[in-house]
Amino acid sequence: MDLTLAAEELQFRDTLRGWLQANVPPPWTQPSKDAESKQAHLEYLRAWQRTLFDGGWAGVSWPREHGGRGVTIIEQSIFQEELALVQAPERLGVIGEGLVGPTIIAVGTEAQKQQFLKPLLMGDHIWCQGFSEPNAGSDLAALGTKAVLDGDHYVVNGQKIWTSFGHVANWCLLVVRTDPAAPKHKGLTCLLVDMKSPGVEFRPLKMLTGDAEFNELFFTDVRVPVSNVLGEVNQGWGVALTALGNERANLGTGLYMMFKRDFDRLLERVQTMRRSGRPITEDSIVRQKLAQAHLDLEVFRLNSLRTLSGMSNSHAPGPEGSILKLYWSEMNQRNAQLALEILGLPGQSWDFDDGRWAFNYLRSRGNTIEAGTSEIQRNIIAQRVLGLPRSY
Amino acid sequence: MEFDLSKPQKLLRETAHATLAQTCPLSRVREMMASETTHDKSLWQTIADQGWIGLHLDENVGGLGLGLVELTVIAEEMGRACLPGPYLATTWAATLLAQLANSQSIALLQSITLGEHTATVALLDQDSDWDIEQVQLQLRSTQSGWQLTGRKTLVLDAEASDTILCVVRQGSELAIVLVSARGSGLSLKKTRSLDATRTLYDVEFDGVSIAEHDIVAVGSQAREALEHSMRVATLAACAEMLGAMQWIRETTLDYAKTRKQFDRTIGSYQAVQHQCADMLLMTESARAATYYAAWALSASAPDADKAVAIAKAYCSDVGREVAHRGVQVHGGIGFTWEHDIHLFFKRIKVCEFLFGDATWQREQIAKLILA
Repeated sequence: MDLTLAAEELQFRDTLRGWLQANVPPPWTQPSKDAESKQAHLEYLRAWQRTLFDGGWAGVSWPREHGGRGVTIIEQSIFQEELALVQAPERLGVIGEGLVGPTIIAVGTEAQKQQFLKPLLMGDHIWCQGFSEPNAGSDLAALGTKAVLDGDHYVVNGQKIWTSFGHVANWCLLVVRTDPAAPKHKGLTCLLVDMKSPGVEFRPLKMLTGDAEFNELFFTDVRVPVSNVLGEVNQGWGVALTALGNERANLGTGLYMMFKRDFDRLLERVQTMRRSGRPITEDSIVRQKLAQAHLDLEVFRLNSLRTLSGMSNSHAPGPEGSILKLYWSEMNQRNAQLALEILGLPGQSWDFDDGRWAFNYLRSRGNTIEAGTSEIQRNIIAQRVLGLPRSY
Repeated sequence: MEFDLSKPQKLLRETAHATLAQTCPLSRVREMMASETTHDKSLWQTIADQGWIGLHLDENVGGLGLGLVELTVIAEEMGRACLPGPYLATTWAATLLAQLANSQSIALLQSITLGEHTATVALLDQDSDWDIEQVQLQLRSTQSGWQLTGRKTLVLDAEASDTILCVVRQGSELAIVLVSARGSGLSLKKTRSLDATRTLYDVEFDGVSIAEHDIVAVGSQAREALEHSMRVATLAACAEMLGAMQWIRETTLDYAKTRKQFDRTIGSYQAVQHQCADMLLMTESARAATYYAAWALSASAPDADKAVAIAKAYCSDVGREVAHRGVQVHGGIGFTWEHDIHLFFKRIKVCEFLFGDATWQREQIAKLILA
């Protein structure tokens, strides 16, 4: 056991810190309400991706021959940590860089690599992921969006849901059914779909937070060239699993810094508050709750470090990713609740700290559903880690 | 960065596991827990011969010169074997003596690490908690020298110990004095602790004479040595809980894979699978917290104190939870005296309170993060 960073890792961090100091744009503070300001915000985020690309920081974990920086997994985690530390803008390209790109690198044709990888890193192509459907959530392989071969095109019809970045994406990694007669896992194919194709429509999906972070996508007779099949026809399930493995591995890292920032804000906030004539930080129940939130967050950090260290030795995201996902999603729910308990009735208001605590609490309810529900994660742990029989 | 045991550390774990499986099977644990002191001198000698008593201490005091990660490895295996007797008490006492580093304590340490001598620490006064500032028991000056009259409570393995390191006040200063556990004026009253594999005693001092050279530390030296030794002992308690959790988790999983109801193994039902998944998550998270604390303490990381408090708070909470769920998945057989799970369940339960339970530790964390 040695948790100190190696000399080359420290050097990587220092180089990155220096670059970030000179290149991180001031935070976007205007509310993005109307179409015009939303467009401006999009351009701001796109410009940040371009800045990263020009500085050689786009696709840090990708191999060098595909335009990446080829860094180790530990350096990748340093990268995410440092970006979070300087409160760098959010990454428009998370789906593309974390999920689509690595999958194209793994199974794509030479022509696909030429066509897609560089524009993705430059921020010209923004990707979304068309996986879930209204009737295919946890049971993803039951999806029903159909693609029928017509000459050198597939014709796609169906509906997708819970698509992040659907409203800004110009490309979509879409899973469709190409062989309805085959068993459900064996008739699927992955397609790379141009979102400007005729017949693609999206509708924002308002969540219980009131925000529309996701979209519903509708495909009506959308024509996709055969050359845009990713991997083999009817082998799409394996391709989708490759993509999801990358998703789960990526979701773990960087999250800690986000949660830590929330906790630090809470800590700062409580130091300004009084209740019953004394600072609430003198209340032993408040102290218990603050300490509990802190220790839960810290145990998550240590679990992440340990998983990272394990991945760095084995070079693959394993089913242990499910333990981490289960931990952080439930922890964030516990801590969002604790924050509300500490802040009391005023804290839940949309007018208190711009509704930060209300939003965090509501948004956290999605954590145990997105990227595999807690129930699915427990099934995965039971079956793939503990070797218990398949139960569904 | 490496968040895993090194090869020698893994070897140490394997050796400890194999040695304890052979010398201290659960049938032996049951025999020892039926004895008055739960202490078995021949088993103790085996442990001492391996160098595991004070293995984290310098070689010049008889230790192996290893670190706290290695101590954690050994203590985890002792928890996994549910080893009875004074290992935790002696580890605490030896760590405290090593901090004092005077000729008196070094001589004692050398015989402790050889297995010839055992020791414990008497800290708690009646009604005090783990805050050392609450110690009140006064060392009194009389015409015939220093004398001790009063009571210490819940002293680990006092009867199996040769020496008691007693935490007292000399005037307003904190002091540590060495008292022979078999000397005159001292009486022991055993408490029937929930964990029968480890004993707790009330120690009554009635005019016990203390020689000047047995006052081994006073004031800030006493406080700092005691604080450090308690961090190490707390870590060892976490490691024991971790080992016990590991035993429960593995045994429960094996049971879920073999026990049949409705013509299927109970481990094929999701309700049981999810219990097993949660037990793994909690045990592995406790492992991350405990080994991080060991590393932070040995590397003198700035957050070392907090890391120990976090490990203890977390292990106390999830250790209990893993134990409860283990009994639940076992069903009726898990509720019997015959099944071994209650030995580990009770070991965890008492460790939950030793050196401060989760609530007490959270207050320590609060002090650190609000400072």
